[in-house]
Amino acid sequence: MQIASRRYDTIVVATPVGRIDQAAAAPFERALSPHLADDNVEALVLDFGGVEYISSIGLRVLMVASKALRKRKARIAVAAMRPVVAEIFKISRFDAVVEVFPSLRGALGVLSPVARDAYDAG
Amino acid sequence: MRCIRFWGTRGSLPVALTTYDVRAKLAAALRATAGRTFDSDASLDAYLDTLPFEVAGTFGGHTACVELETGDADYVICDLGSGLRPFGQAAIARHGPASPRTYHLFVSHLHWDHIMGLPFFVPAYVPGNRLVFYGAHTELEAALRRQMDPPSFPVPFSTFGATIEFVHLEPGRTHAVAGMQVTVKHQHHTGDSYGYRFEKDGRAVVYSTDSEHKLTNPAESAEFAAFFRDADVVIFDAMYSLAEATSVKADWGHSSNIVGVELCQLAQVKHLCLFHHEPALADAALAAVLAETRRYEQITRSGPPMQVSSAWDGLELRL
Repeated sequence: MQIASRRYDTIVVATPVGRIDQAAAAPFERALSPHLADDNVEALVLDFGGVEYISSIGLRVLMVASKALRKRKARIAVAAMRPVVAEIFKISRFDAVVEVFPSLRGALGVLSPVARDAYDAG
Repeated sequence: MRCIRFWGTRGSLPVALTTYDVRAKLAAALRATAGRTFDSDASLDAYLDTLPFEVAGTFGGHTACVELETGDADYVICDLGSGLRPFGQAAIARHGPASPRTYHLFVSHLHWDHIMGLPFFVPAYVPGNRLVFYGAHTELEAALRRQMDPPSFPVPFSTFGATIEFVHLEPGRTHAVAGMQVTVKHQHHTGDSYGYRFEKDGRAVVYSTDSEHKLTNPAESAEFAAFFRDADVVIFDAMYSLAEATSVKADWGHSSNIVGVELCQLAQVKHLCLFHHEPALADAALAAVLAETRRYEQITRSGPPMQVSSAWDGLELRL
């Protein structure tokens, strides 16, 4: 699984694509890992627009990330989920674990207007 | 193997509907009549059948006790939770107190909610009956005796009039017991628990409660998939949501509906039955969990559909 990430001010946006299942869980975890302990990262936003499915093992990676970020008072959010992925978050109650936003731009706007402006500027 | 009958389906401790719960159900049922009248019991029954289960029924509140009807005269029971008491009364009602029976009682583990029904199991007090307890814990007999010692209970274990036997089942092996092949599987739970796979007449039923699946070890998941493989029914501990089971309630020894679906699909199970319900969840919440679990099965399905149900006290699943 290829996971691109970009930084906007103090926010990192990670963009996984495809299915986050047993096979993809380890690369997913590795991709998030460097941002979890980075004190310069105040929030991690996962742009889920390209995610088709996430299984329990993928959700567990999000739980680990959430715990690590919250420990240092950083935030984690998921944006632009497809309807079926949003259903999985509701069924698993992970919609209460991470902040959920309909769009990436909307997430950035709430978390940091400076980051949103940087995003708008490309 | 003919039927699975659930006598207790709740986890951790028994619960009961309150007056307020009953009133809310009555209000919902009366509201839904929308002015209809009923000129016979049959028309009333037909109306009640149209109501959602969480309005017309209840999941019940007894702790774990499941009967397997094998086709033999002997009784086969999984766990001795508070549901064992109504089972004992029903067993005596079925054939009368003067007809001695053998009861094969498989114990998943020794936590209180899984053994608390035994002191109230009337057939144990009746001479002529035979009770055979099966388990993989070496402390099985001591635990069953201890809960009836003073000051915890007024009647000691030695009062039982039935013949009592204890059979230790080695985990990781298949045993010929009560006309069945019974495979015992170690499960992650504080103090250990054991799942049972019962096979007879080409049918397989798995009783797997109080079992936490950590998801971090693919080899462990494969072991459970092998244990569940092609089962007609898997009775699965789905006490918590996945979010709870991986956060505040991690290491509490229980699993979720999500993991139940994934493991059972991996094992090509025909029917997943959610079990060991969280006592804090009311009927409406448990019904919502069932609907969501069916939807998750639909989302993740890659082969034939798997039936998903949620156990309730009194439910019978015909095999």
